Amino acid sequence: MQVFPKSANYWSRGSIIAGLFVLASLGWVILTIQRSDFVTQANQFIEQPVQFSHQHHVGGIGIDCRYCHTAVEVSTSAGIPPTKTCINCHSQIWSTSPYLEPVRASFRDDTPLQWIRVHDLPDFVYFNHSIHVKQGVGCETCHGRVDRMPLMLQKSSLQMEWCLDCHRNPSQYVRPRDQITTMGYQVPDGTTQAELGAQLVKAYNIAGVEHMTSCSVCHR
Amino acid sequence: MRRNLFVVVLLALGAGACRQDMHDTPRYEAYESSAFFADGKAARPTPTGTVARGWLREDETLYTGRANGELVAEFPFPVSQADLQRGRDRYDIYCTPCHGALGDGQGMVVQRGLRRAASYHQDRLRDEKVGYFYDVVTNGFGAMQGYAEQIPVRDRWLIVAYVRALQLSQHATMAEVPADRQGALDNPPPKKAETPAAH
Repeated sequence: MQVFPKSANYWSRGSIIAGLFVLASLGWVILTIQRSDFVTQANQFIEQPVQFSHQHHVGGIGIDCRYCHTAVEVSTSAGIPPTKTCINCHSQIWSTSPYLEPVRASFRDDTPLQWIRVHDLPDFVYFNHSIHVKQGVGCETCHGRVDRMPLMLQKSSLQMEWCLDCHRNPSQYVRPRDQITTMGYQVPDGTTQAELGAQLVKAYNIAGVEHMTSCSVCHR
Repeated sequence: MRRNLFVVVLLALGAGACRQDMHDTPRYEAYESSAFFADGKAARPTPTGTVARGWLREDETLYTGRANGELVAEFPFPVSQADLQRGRDRYDIYCTPCHGALGDGQGMVVQRGLRRAASYHQDRLRDEKVGYFYDVVTNGFGAMQGYAEQIPVRDRWLIVAYVRALQLSQHATMAEVPADRQGALDNPPPKKAETPAAH
C-alpha cells in the first residue's frame, strides 16, 4: 500500500532546505537583536536629575572635557565632577535658575547629585580611561559627538566585538595626543588616517595584535 | 539522541541572558551608591587630618607659594621648556574659559555673563610674585573659586609659569625676540579650523 503520494519526495527534500533556512534566519534574528540598541542601550537619551547639556557646555562654550573630567588622564574612571565644579561658574551665571536648584541644593547641603549612569561595562571587563587617552584614543572615538548631545547618551554598543574592532587594528582610530579632546577631529591635510594612524601606533608604542587581543588584557 | 540535542540547544538559547550576576558583581565601582553607609556613598571620605604615608605637605613653598608666610618670587623647582608646554596645555583646559587664550580676561564664560576675569596684562599683575598667582589658583580670588581640587600642585605651578610667558608675550619688543625666531612672527601658524558654534 502506498501511503505517500509521489510528490512527497519533493516535499521531504524541500522541508530539509526550508528547515536549514529557518534555523539560519533564527540565528540571524538572535544576533541582530543582540546587537540592537534595545539590548545594548545605545543611542537612548537618559533623563537625569539635572538636564545638563554637553552640547551647550562643550559645543557652545568650548570647555575642554578635562575641565570637569579631571581624572581621565590618570585614572581608570574619567571622573564625575563634584558639584563645586558647577559652582565655579554657576555661583554667578544662571544662579537663580530653577533648573539649577538641585545643583545649588547639592552644594548647600553637601550631598551629591545622583546622576544616572549612562556607560556601564560589565564587571568582568577591566577598562582604564588613562591608557586609552595616553595612546591616542580620542574621547570622540568612543563617546561620539558629545558636543552635539543635549543629554548624554551612549554612542557605541560597548560590546566585545566593538572593543576588538579597535584592539585588532588601532591605526584606524588613534589620533595625536594633543587632539584627544577635539570634537569633530579631522586628519590633517596631506595625510590619511591609515598613514598617520600607523605612524602614531609606532610612535606611541601601541602593543601588537597578539597582546591587544589576548583575553587577559581586558578580562583580568 | 537528537531529541536531547534539541533540548540542550533550546536551554542554551533560553538561559543565555537570564542572570546578570557576572555583569554586576557585589563590588563597588567609582561613585556607586551604597545602602550600607548612612550618607549613601560607597566612596568614604578620609577623616580630617589624614595624611597618606610620604604625603605630608612639609614643603611650605611648594604647597602654599609662601616661605615663612611671605609670597615667594621664585619657582620652587626649575621649569623646563617641556614644563612650559604642559603649563600651556593645563592653562588651556582650566583657565581659558574665563581668562581667554590670551590672558586678557575675555574668555567665553565671561562673554556669557560671569564677572570679568582679570587681565594678566596690567602693571599690578606683571609686578606680582609667582607665589601670588599660585595662591590665587589654589584658593581663588574675588569671584574666582579655588582650583585645588581640579589641578594638582605641580600643574598649578606650571600654569603660573605659562601665565608669566603670556605676560611676556604681550609686553615685549621685537628686539627681545631671539634673532633666529623673528622671522616666525611674520608668519604666524594657521589658526585651528574648529571654532565653537554658538548655542
